[in-house]
Amino acid sequence: MADGGLFARWPVIRQLRGQDGRGQAARSARTDALRPRVEEADSVARSVCPYCAVGCGQLVYVKDGKVSQIEGDPDSPISRGRLCPKGSASKQLVTHAGRQTTVLYRRPYGTEWEPLDLGTAMEMIADRVTRTRRDTWQQEHEGKVVRRTLGIAGLGGATLDNEENYLMKKLYTALGAIQVENQARI
Amino acid sequence: MAECHPVGFQWVVEAKARGAKVFHIDPRFTRTSALCDRYLNIRAGSDIVLLGALINHVLSNELDFREYVLAYTNAPMIVSEEYRGTEDLDGLFSGFDPETRTYDPATWSYEGVTEEAAAGERSEQLDHGREHADMGGPDQYGAGGAAAHPKPKTDPTLRHPRCVYQILRRHFARYTPDLVAELCGISPEDFAELAEAITAHSGRERTTMWVYSVGWTQHTVGAQYIRAAAILQLLLGNMGRPGGGILALRGHASIQGSTDIPTLFNILPGYLPMPHAHQHETFDDYLARAGGDTGFWGRKRSYMVSLLKAWWGDAATEDNDFRFDHLPRLTGDHSHYSTVMGQIDGTVKGYFVVGENPAVGSAGGRAQRLGLANLEWLVVRDLTLVETATFWKDGPELETGEMRTEDIGTEVFFVPAASHVEKDGTFTNTQRLLQWREKALDPPGDCRSDLWFYYHLGKLLKERASSDERDRPLRELTWDYPEEGVHGDPSASAVLREIGGVGPDGALSGYTELKPDGSTRCGCWIYCGVYADEVNQAARRRPGREQSPEAPEWGWAWPANRRILYNRASADPDGRPWSERKAYIYWDEKKGEWTGPDVPDFEKTKPPGYRPPEGALAEAALSGTDPFIMQADGKGWLYAPAGLVDGPLPAHYEPFESPVRNPLYAQQDNPARRLYPRPESPYNPERSPRFPYVLTTYRLTEHHTAGAMSRPLAYLAELQPELFCEVSPALAAELGLANGDWATIVTSRTAIEARVLVTERVRPLRIQGRIVHQIGLPYHWGWGSGGLVTGDIVNDLMPLALDPNVHIQESKATTCDVRPGRRPRGADLLRLVEEYRHG
Ligand code: SF4
Repeated sequence: MADGGLFARWPVIRQLRGQDGRGQAARSARTDALRPRVEEADSVARSVCPYCAVGCGQLVYVKDGKVSQIEGDPDSPISRGRLCPKGSASKQLVTHAGRQTTVLYRRPYGTEWEPLDLGTAMEMIADRVTRTRRDTWQQEHEGKVVRRTLGIAGLGGATLDNEENYLMKKLYTALGAIQVENQARI
Repeated sequence: MAECHPVGFQWVVEAKARGAKVFHIDPRFTRTSALCDRYLNIRAGSDIVLLGALINHVLSNELDFREYVLAYTNAPMIVSEEYRGTEDLDGLFSGFDPETRTYDPATWSYEGVTEEAAAGERSEQLDHGREHADMGGPDQYGAGGAAAHPKPKTDPTLRHPRCVYQILRRHFARYTPDLVAELCGISPEDFAELAEAITAHSGRERTTMWVYSVGWTQHTVGAQYIRAAAILQLLLGNMGRPGGGILALRGHASIQGSTDIPTLFNILPGYLPMPHAHQHETFDDYLARAGGDTGFWGRKRSYMVSLLKAWWGDAATEDNDFRFDHLPRLTGDHSHYSTVMGQIDGTVKGYFVVGENPAVGSAGGRAQRLGLANLEWLVVRDLTLVETATFWKDGPELETGEMRTEDIGTEVFFVPAASHVEKDGTFTNTQRLLQWREKALDPPGDCRSDLWFYYHLGKLLKERASSDERDRPLRELTWDYPEEGVHGDPSASAVLREIGGVGPDGALSGYTELKPDGSTRCGCWIYCGVYADEVNQAARRRPGREQSPEAPEWGWAWPANRRILYNRASADPDGRPWSERKAYIYWDEKKGEWTGPDVPDFEKTKPPGYRPPEGALAEAALSGTDPFIMQADGKGWLYAPAGLVDGPLPAHYEPFESPVRNPLYAQQDNPARRLYPRPESPYNPERSPRFPYVLTTYRLTEHHTAGAMSRPLAYLAELQPELFCEVSPALAAELGLANGDWATIVTSRTAIEARVLVTERVRPLRIQGRIVHQIGLPYHWGWGSGGLVTGDIVNDLMPLALDPNVHIQESKATTCDVRPGRRPRGADLLRLVEEYRHG
């Protein structure tokens, strides 16, 4: 800074004096010492925004086992590094405190959630699928073979990966569950 | 587009800077309107009038791209003498059965075809079209659409009174600029400017593109909206060419993928139809009826056998029809809203809800929650405790006294999900592009990917499988994926490789390599080649700036990495570019192949002069001038002789709930629309003075769908904290609504409250000589989902009136009342709605 003096270096004064408010004049010793979070990251994953179907490229920075920043990927020919408000806020999507990270169970007629071990939950769900499928099995309907169950239905898929939708459809079909639907229907 | 697909909109802005003219046609003025050349305010639910008038303008002034139309569309085909249209039958097409409200489409076919086809053989004609109507038509025929006769009689002069071109002229003759003014609220001057722009910017030298989203699909005539746009674009020669097309902007990261590899009831991966109990008893029946034998869909046996081999492996052999009988059968409509009625009726007992929040996101939310409350068990997988998981604890029906927690028997499992950065896999974006995401880190706590969940659930179910025949499909299901990481995640790459197809020599490079004999396996034929050369093609990330504008080495687009579908149409019948500035794919005579900056959507070495021999099948049956290679006849259909359940041409019908009389026909609304006439699903009476206003819904830039991915985020919640209704200053004055105060919006379903936003952006329209007011509501709020902000559920207002082709509900145009102040609480809310219902 050529024009010396603490007061004169105060960014507000420099901006008032007519320097570009977004350039040199906005800088201070503190901001000069700041390093971008992305520089200190341990790793970076090339990802895609999870909101709308434009499919903007994202770079996901991880530091100490936590997501430290998510930025637009300048390499993407679709988005050229840009993200909209949702894409820009997506670090909060994966780190916000309201995320439910443990299994919860509500027993029939229960008034509160109860904790449940993940392995136990999986076994219980498998038992229910097996039981409902057996109890509601239709081998025939109106004289025609249908080999299906109308007792089990599924909803969702548009927010998931292709590989996930694939295993879902494959498993449901093998079980004879046909009422499988997702957001494309609404 | 600027609101809901903001980063995609940068390309529109760029095109405009380079001279493109941009129109925005929407019931609300948005950021898109602010940035375009001309904004046209339209009444929600009247778009077929506008599109029909544009079609009429093109036809009556002979502004169609005649060479393109003659060569590439079905304009010259001659239609059956028995066909009657809406002009003859006052709003109906021939074949309507008023009792079942369904069409028998037999009379819509080309001349000579009805007599030729063995009676009752074609899928859409079984049971006089009733099964066809029940199932939703088009998907039964797969990606090729319904099979019309590939070689009907034609009149290349387009003068025959029953040729498609002349039928179109008569059908749309009454769609005039005056009618547009009367029904859409768009002035004749504005209409003229639009009509002039789209015709001036079409033809050899120029192209016009239409872009739409759910504003066109969420109607009782949604599929016909898209048909109307398709007719216009075909007439103007704007399909299969750069800068042309009809672009659907899809709302979720991989909603395209979840349609291609469908978690949908009526299709299998790659738009192969799910078999129907009556029509598809045997594999041969299925192959005979599931669409045509000519065009690339003629290879459907290879696609289907490869899918069955991927699923049932060595157990699927030629002798047992590759385990075709392992597939469960449909008998009618098993779609989302019918499933919910099944829950209320007690037939559906267990429900998996995965990354979707129907308690907020589906129309008529009360029916959704009544269904959830009547289940035996419910599994919800999401990032937060969405309303669908907590309805028993804090749903709105508890406040009104309609439900009590202690009475709800539903057993609920909430199993938390991994986020998009905590798993690897592909999304398919709105342009059919698969993009692989790398995993950044492991998910926290019990959170797991859905890949993990379904894979491990499948393993547990296989362990429980008995020796009963019923369990054979489960026992024989191929389910061996390498496990990775601390949680034993199945390898997503291995799953993608199975989807992309393998043969005796490893990963396949494209769907033409699929075989009908069981020697190839492929989980989704349109994705075949995504793992070509044993490389995850979707993971390619060569920077855009180092590539051509098509960026062929960024991700992988289905099919075969093509970026523009049907791009053979970008050249003239002889294979030459229509013009230098619109050159794209063209025939290189010297090399004897199609070439250009994209992958040709055509057999690479089939010359323009190729003519099929008699009796040819599959793609060999299409000539060198047939660009629409998935169609049985290779043509773009201006008129759909089969495949749709509500008519071969789009006709304007009013929304099911509308304040406006349909002046075109005695038929007020879509005669074939699907309703649920039951107490959980009441409707506003037709043109009722109790519900005088048009109501439409939409999204905001700062929120996402039902809100579970945006309401809990501090930045987004702060940017858009509260539900509001947009009303015009005129309506606000009339009703005594003050900006920032509360208003209550009422339909026959319920009443909700919202902050009043008085704005000039909403303009009253003069329709049929009187003022019609429109109300706009964004629909992102609810009571839970870990949201930092809460609000009433807008979709609770919406009717269960569906498009009969695709079973999508009409949430973009309905009627309501608005009154100042907050809504009543508790049982008083029910009383208010009851009063409105019975007047
Ligand atoms: S950043 Fe915005 S525009 Fe881009 S994909 Fe995400 S939500 Fe869509």
